[in-house]
Amino acid sequence: MAKVYIPAQWRDLTGGTADVQLDGHSLKQIVAGLEARFPGIAARVCDDGRIAAGLAVSIDGAISSRGLLAPVEPHSEIHFLPAIGGG
Amino acid sequence: MAKKIHVATTINGEPVEFLCEARQSLLEVLRDTLNLTGAKEGCNNGNCGACTVLLDGQPVDSCLVLGVEVEGARITTIEGIAQDAHLHPIQQCFLEDAALQCGVCTPGFIMSTKALLDRNANPSEHEIRFQLSGNLCRCTGYDKIIRAVQDSAKALAAGGRRTTEKTARPNGSPAKQAQTQPR
Amino acid sequence: MASSSFEKKKYKVIGTRPVRHDGADKVTGRAIYGSDFRLTGTVHGKILRSPHAHARIKSIDTSAAEKHPGVLAVVTSGDFPNLKNKIANLGEGSVNLAHLGANVLAHGKVLYKGHAVAAVAAVNPHVAEEALKLIQVQYEPLKPVVWVLDAMRDDAPLLHDDLRTSSMGKKGDKPSNISAHIHFETGKVDEAFAKADVVIEREFKTASVHQGYIEPHVATALWNEDGHLTIWTSTQGAFTARQQTAELLQIPVSQVTVVPCEIGGGFGGKIAVYLEPVAAVLSRKCGRPVKMVMNRDEVFEGTGPTPGSFVRVKLGATRSGQLVAGEAWLAYDAGAFPGGMIGPGCMCVFSCYEIPNARVDGYDVVNNKPKTQAYRAPGATQAAFACESVIDELAEKLGIDPIELRLKNAAKEGTRRVDGPVYPRIGFIETLQAAQASEHWKSPLVGPHRGRGIASGYWFNIGLKSSASASVNPDGTVSLVEGSTDIGGTRTSVAMQLAETLGIRAEDVRPQVADTDGVGYTDVTGGSRVTFATGLAAYEVGLDIQRQMAQRAALLWECDPAKVACTDGVYKTNGKSIAFAELAGKLGETGGPVVGRAAVDPQGSSNGFGTHIVDVEVDPDTAKVTILRYTAIQDVGKAIHPSYVEGQMQGGAVQGIGWALNEEYVFDEQGRMQNPNYLDYRMPTALDVPMIDTIIVEVFNPAHPYGVRGVGETPIVAPPAAIANAIYRASGTRMRELPMSPPRLWAAMTEKKS
Repeated sequence: MAKVYIPAQWRDLTGGTADVQLDGHSLKQIVAGLEARFPGIAARVCDDGRIAAGLAVSIDGAISSRGLLAPVEPHSEIHFLPAIGGG
Repeated sequence: MAKKIHVATTINGEPVEFLCEARQSLLEVLRDTLNLTGAKEGCNNGNCGACTVLLDGQPVDSCLVLGVEVEGARITTIEGIAQDAHLHPIQQCFLEDAALQCGVCTPGFIMSTKALLDRNANPSEHEIRFQLSGNLCRCTGYDKIIRAVQDSAKALAAGGRRTTEKTARPNGSPAKQAQTQPR
Repeated sequence: MASSSFEKKKYKVIGTRPVRHDGADKVTGRAIYGSDFRLTGTVHGKILRSPHAHARIKSIDTSAAEKHPGVLAVVTSGDFPNLKNKIANLGEGSVNLAHLGANVLAHGKVLYKGHAVAAVAAVNPHVAEEALKLIQVQYEPLKPVVWVLDAMRDDAPLLHDDLRTSSMGKKGDKPSNISAHIHFETGKVDEAFAKADVVIEREFKTASVHQGYIEPHVATALWNEDGHLTIWTSTQGAFTARQQTAELLQIPVSQVTVVPCEIGGGFGGKIAVYLEPVAAVLSRKCGRPVKMVMNRDEVFEGTGPTPGSFVRVKLGATRSGQLVAGEAWLAYDAGAFPGGMIGPGCMCVFSCYEIPNARVDGYDVVNNKPKTQAYRAPGATQAAFACESVIDELAEKLGIDPIELRLKNAAKEGTRRVDGPVYPRIGFIETLQAAQASEHWKSPLVGPHRGRGIASGYWFNIGLKSSASASVNPDGTVSLVEGSTDIGGTRTSVAMQLAETLGIRAEDVRPQVADTDGVGYTDVTGGSRVTFATGLAAYEVGLDIQRQMAQRAALLWECDPAKVACTDGVYKTNGKSIAFAELAGKLGETGGPVVGRAAVDPQGSSNGFGTHIVDVEVDPDTAKVTILRYTAIQDVGKAIHPSYVEGQMQGGAVQGIGWALNEEYVFDEQGRMQNPNYLDYRMPTALDVPMIDTIIVEVFNPAHPYGVRGVGETPIVAPPAAIANAIYRASGTRMRELPMSPPRLWAAMTEKKS
C-alpha cells in the first residue's frame, strides 16, 4: 500500500488525519482512493482533470512530472507540495 | 529632421566615414551604422562598461561619446584586437582561464584590459581591480577575470607566448597551455 | 541508476578544463546576442510605461502617435485576445495567462511604476520614443502599497478585486492581497518549544533586488506573410518563450518559431516573456520585423526582481545543541500579480537541518511592485538569511562552534524535511567537514573590527525535460544539437559528457544550441538543471551512437554485434579493433549516417548544499564593510568542467555579497522606484570583492551517470547570512535587515552604543 501524506492545510477534510495507506498503480488511482475516503479532497488536488496549478507531487522523494499518470509503487511515499522552479 | 553629419575617423586601423545624427552616441553608430556589434549596450549611461572602446588609446564608454565627436580620432574596438586570425594573448588568457560565462561583458573587459596593460605592463591585483572597476560583470564574480588579466600581463611580458607559470587557481590545478602569435 | 563503477571511474574528459567551444566568438565580439541580430527592413519598438504605482486606466488615445512621421504601428492590450483566467502549464510551472498578458501590456489597471501600457513601432528607436510621448493615457491614481506587511493588512489598497487567498487549493471568500497561504507542520511544535532549554526568535526583512544581468531584454519578431511568427530573442528557454507567446496570442505553437540568440545573463529573470508578444503584434500590424530592446531603467522597473520579505524564525534547542523545535513565518512579495516564490521559501527555510517538530507558515502577497520572478534559488536566500542568523546566535548562546552545531543537526540521507519528503543521498555534512578542514577556517583572523562568519544554504536543483541529437561526421567528430541556451558554458559541459561517453575528445564534439524547430522540447536553462538533465540527454545520445557504431563494426568484421565491445572509444572483438574516428570514416559504406537521439525527463531534485566562510572588516566610522576573504564550498555531485563550476560558485557568491551589502530597490511614498540605474542600484564591482576561493565537494549523485547534481543556484543562498554573522563578530551588531549598507549598519551600530 502506498503511503499518502496529507498536507496540513487539507486536514480539515480528513478530520485531522495526517497520512493514509492507499492502493493504486497510478496517481490517478490514488487520488480516486483519496476522494473515496475524504470527499472533496480531489478538488484540492486536481483542476480540470490535471494536477492543480501551483501544486507538485513528490513520489518516493522525487517530484514527478507525469501528473495523474505518474506510476506509484506498492510502497511509495507520496507528498503534495507547492510547485518549485528555479532561476 | 536635421541633416546628418559626415564624420571621418579611423577604426581598427582602417579609415572609416559615416553619417550620423547629432544625437547618436558612438555606441549606436558602431553597432547600428557600422555593424560593429562587439561593443554592447548594458545601461547607456556610462555605468557598466560593456560598451568600452579605446579612443586615441584611452578606454571610454562609447555610450557617453557622441558619434560626431570622433572626427579625426583613432578608435579601437574588440573587432580590432585579434590579429591575422590569431587571438590576442588577452583574448587567449580570458578563454583559458574561463574568465567569461555569458560573455556579454567580455569585449568591454578585454578593451579595458588592453588599455591597462598598454600603460602598465605589471599591474598589482589592486591596480587591476581599480582599473577594471568601471566594467561590471554579473556572472563571474570577477575572480577569473582578474586572474586572466594577470596571466595576460605575464604572456605579454614573455613576448606573447603563454608561459608555464599560471596564476594559481583556487583548487591548484593549472589550465591548458596554448601557443599564441607573438605581438 | 548508475553503478558504483561510475562513481569510482577515472575520466578522460570529465574533470578537465577545455576551452569552451563558443570561446573565439565570445572574445572577439562576433557572437550574436539578441541585440546584435540583424534582419533587413527591421523597425524599432518602444514601450510606454506607467508613471503611477497603482492606477486605473480610464482611456488610452494613440491617434497622435499613429500619425507621427516614421511611426508604423501602435498597440495596446486591446490588440491581444481576452484570456480570462486560463492557466497554461509551462514546464517549469504553470502560469495564469490573463495575469501574464496583463503584465505584458496592462489591462484595466496599472499595478507598478513601469508597468507596460502601450507600444509603438517606428523607423528608429529615437522616433519611437518621440511617439510614446504623444500617446495620451488618462489615469485615475490609486493608493499604492509597497511593503509586504502593509499589503497584508485588512485596510490595504486591493490590487485585484477577484483575488482570494488560496490555502493549497482551498479558496478564501474575502478579497485580499494575500494570494496564497502555505502551511507545513510536523511533530508537536508547541510542546517541543516548551521543553527546549534555549529558544531564540528573531525577525528579518529583505528589500527587492534584481538579477542585474548586463544584457537588457531584447526581442525581434517577424510575423511573416504566410502567418508564421519567428522570434529571435535572448531567453533562458526558447520553448517556454514560444509557448507563452503562442498562448498569449492564442495561436497554435506550430505557428511560432523561437530562435534563441546568445544570452547576456538571466539568473531566472529571462524566463517570463515581456517583449516577444508585443513585438509580434507590432510586426503583424505593420508587416515588418520589429526589434525591441529595453533600456536599463526599464529592466529595473519593468521586469521581475526577486521578492522583498519579512521572515520570523524561532528555533528551540537543548543545552547540548540538539535542535528540537522550529517555527517560521514568512511573507514574500509577489509583486503585481500572484505567484511568487513563497513555496520554495517555505520549503528551504529549515532544509539544512533535521528538526523533528517544525511549523512553517508562508504568505504570497501582491503589492505595487513589478511582478516578482525567479532569481537564482528563488526564495531560498531570504529564508536562509533568517535561519542561518538564528543558528549563529544559537551557537554563540550555547557556546558551541558554529560548524559543530550544524554538524550535530545536519540533514542527511533519510532526514525528513518539514514539507514531508525524505532526502536521498546528499552532501551537506561533507561541505561542513570541508569547511572545518579548510585553510580559511583554520587560519586566524587578526586585527580590530574584523570578524568571521559562516552560513549554509540549500537549493533543490531540478530535472525537467531535455532533448538532444548528434550525428557522426566522417572524420570522427560529432555534431551535437541541443536545446539549452548557454548562459555559462553549458554547451561545453554537455559536449564533454557526450565526449566522455563516446571515448573521444571534448574538442571533437561540436555543440550547438538549436531553435524550437531544430531540436526536441527542452525546458529552461535554469534551476541548475542543464549540466544535469541536458548532460543526461547527451549521455543517452552517446549510448545510442555507440550501439549503432558497434553494429557497423560488426558489419565490417562480419560478426555478431553483441560480441563488439567499446572501451575508451575503441571498438574491439576477438583480436580486431578500430578506433571511433577510423570507424566514422567507414559509415558511408556500412549503411549511411549514424545519428543518435535522446529525450529525457529525469524526476526529482539533485539537492545542492553549500557552506560559505567570509571574513569582513567593518569601518567603525563609516560602517563600510570590506570583504577580506571569502570561501565558497559546495557539493556539486561531479564537476564536469571545474572552471565553470568554480565560476558558478564565485558568481553566485558575489551576487549574494551585493544582495547583502548594497543592493535594494528604493521606493518613494508614491511607490516609485528611485534608483533604476547601475549607479544607484549598486552591484559589486571588481574593486568591491577579493578573490573568491572555492572548494568543490563531490558527493556522487546516484541519479546521474556521472554523478552530476548541478551547481548554479545554491551559491547565492548562504552569503547574506554568512556576512551578517561576520559583521556581528566584527562590530558586535546583529543585522536583521538587508541590505546591510553603510547607512543602515551605521544606524544600528550607533543605536547599540547609545
